[in-house]
Amino acid sequence: MGRACAAMTVLRRNNLLWRWLSLAPLLALLIVFTVVPVAGLVWMSFHDRQWQSGIGVWRFVGLDHWREFTSNLYYWPGLRNTVVFAVCAVSLQMLLGFFMALSVSRAQGWLRGLLTTVFLLPVVVPPIVIGAMWKLLLGTEFGGVNAALALLGVPAIDWLGNPALALPSIILVDVWHWTPFVFILLLAGIEGLPQDALEAARLDTLSAWQSLRHIMLPLMAPTIAITLVFRIILTFKVFDEVYLLTSGGPGTATEVVSFSIQRTFFGRDDVGLGSVMSVFTLFVVALLAVLAIAASRRRRSD
Amino acid sequence: MASFASAGLRLAGRGVVFGYTLLILAPFVWIALSSFKSQIQILTNAMVFEPVLDNYIELLFSKSASFHRNIANSLVVAAASTVLALAIAASAAFTLVRLPLPNWLRAAVFSWALLFHMLPTITFVGPWYVMLNSVGLSNGYVGLVLANVTHHLPMALWIVAAFMRDIPEEILDAARIDGCDERSSFMRIVLPLVMPGLAAAGALVFLFSWNDFIVALNLTAAATRTAPVAIATFAQEHDVKYGEMAAGAMLTTLPALLLLLLGQRLIVRGLLSGAVK
Repeated sequence: MGRACAAMTVLRRNNLLWRWLSLAPLLALLIVFTVVPVAGLVWMSFHDRQWQSGIGVWRFVGLDHWREFTSNLYYWPGLRNTVVFAVCAVSLQMLLGFFMALSVSRAQGWLRGLLTTVFLLPVVVPPIVIGAMWKLLLGTEFGGVNAALALLGVPAIDWLGNPALALPSIILVDVWHWTPFVFILLLAGIEGLPQDALEAARLDTLSAWQSLRHIMLPLMAPTIAITLVFRIILTFKVFDEVYLLTSGGPGTATEVVSFSIQRTFFGRDDVGLGSVMSVFTLFVVALLAVLAIAASRRRRSD
Repeated sequence: MASFASAGLRLAGRGVVFGYTLLILAPFVWIALSSFKSQIQILTNAMVFEPVLDNYIELLFSKSASFHRNIANSLVVAAASTVLALAIAASAAFTLVRLPLPNWLRAAVFSWALLFHMLPTITFVGPWYVMLNSVGLSNGYVGLVLANVTHHLPMALWIVAAFMRDIPEEILDAARIDGCDERSSFMRIVLPLVMPGLAAAGALVFLFSWNDFIVALNLTAAATRTAPVAIATFAQEHDVKYGEMAAGAMLTTLPALLLLLLGQRLIVRGLLSGAVK
């Protein structure tokens, strides 16, 4: 009895030790690489860094960077573009993706395997490669898109150099890039719907449109809404393709917030102003994200 | 009437899907063709041309070639990030989802990981650079690997956690009754059972670390530059080297293609459990 109790104590101590040991690397990484950086950004947003013989010297400057931020020439057009970009691109992706998911939801066998492979391609290929691809396709003189349009007698279009067209062009590239992923998400959603409801609709001889309108859409609405909001938030991350295709230009036509931060923080080595932009962006996106997460939690617990 | 309409809708849908499939494949075909053209042929949009290997030779075998080093850097970084992320995510996920812990801790870790995943990466790359620079790690492998691990840890965590939630409680009970402590339950019972989850998470972490551009762009120097960053330099120079950009892009796409052909199911499963629901 006494020995068993001693063994139990050892076991309990080992277990407690293991629990903390197993969590320690995760917690350490999350604290050092995600919590400290946020605190660091807030701190840096009130400080200015000067290089003195290779050593960074920090000086408290109060709200200077924040004041400078309110009239920044890149960030605000960038924020507007990012919102336009996210809303337009994601809406188009959802429409296209949902339509396609509906039409193959009952496809079987090889067709399905083939489609999944092809549709996954844009998701797994490096985004920078997708940028390179579209740089070759959208060139004015030699691009594949203009070559195809020339066959139809359309004169060459300056997709990326024309300020009015540059943002729509980038949005189309993003739609091309992410529609397949949305398709896969929605297809999984459709196939997870209760089959008896759809079957009942079929027995009641509802037309395809009626069953879509009255059965499927209401059932799918929460999934669609949440996918939409999450995709929009994730689209705030857009960077790679913009970097390669337009670098934010012409002018600020395709400037996005990630690019403004990159430009300020790294391009101009203005760490203070870059931090202000980052803190502000974090605040906006986190607010949206928290609202979205809370909404999806509430839905799940309903 | 109803079946007629639904057949019509279905046919139209299939048509769009096939059209879209071609639309996805066409840019890949175009860049593949371009990678075998000379710069002149690309710029004059030669439709009929004799394929040349010049771009690949220039990238890999010429005197100034450095792309093979970029590929090697990408491999090292992606492999190391994958191993580390899996080890950290797996051990933590078991404790988080199956062992008694204060609820606030569990909720805090998962919520923060989800939030971090959704926040724009660039807002973290700045402070990462400042921090790593202050300890002299800003241009080396170590900093880049740690940044990549952090970047993809949320995804690895919830894929592996999803698989661990599916382990039947009876199995863990049986281990407990046999006197296993939690560490050996994890090592001997849980790990073998979640191998498919580790494979799915591993495939995706490898892929996304390999594909990463924004972190590597800012945390590498010439010697540690990864393939995506090298591709961007071809495109950013004064005269865009279209041929080399295309050939580099083709080479950088190979791992993704291989993984897709070999482990499509893993990737789909990972993406679906990793997608925010």
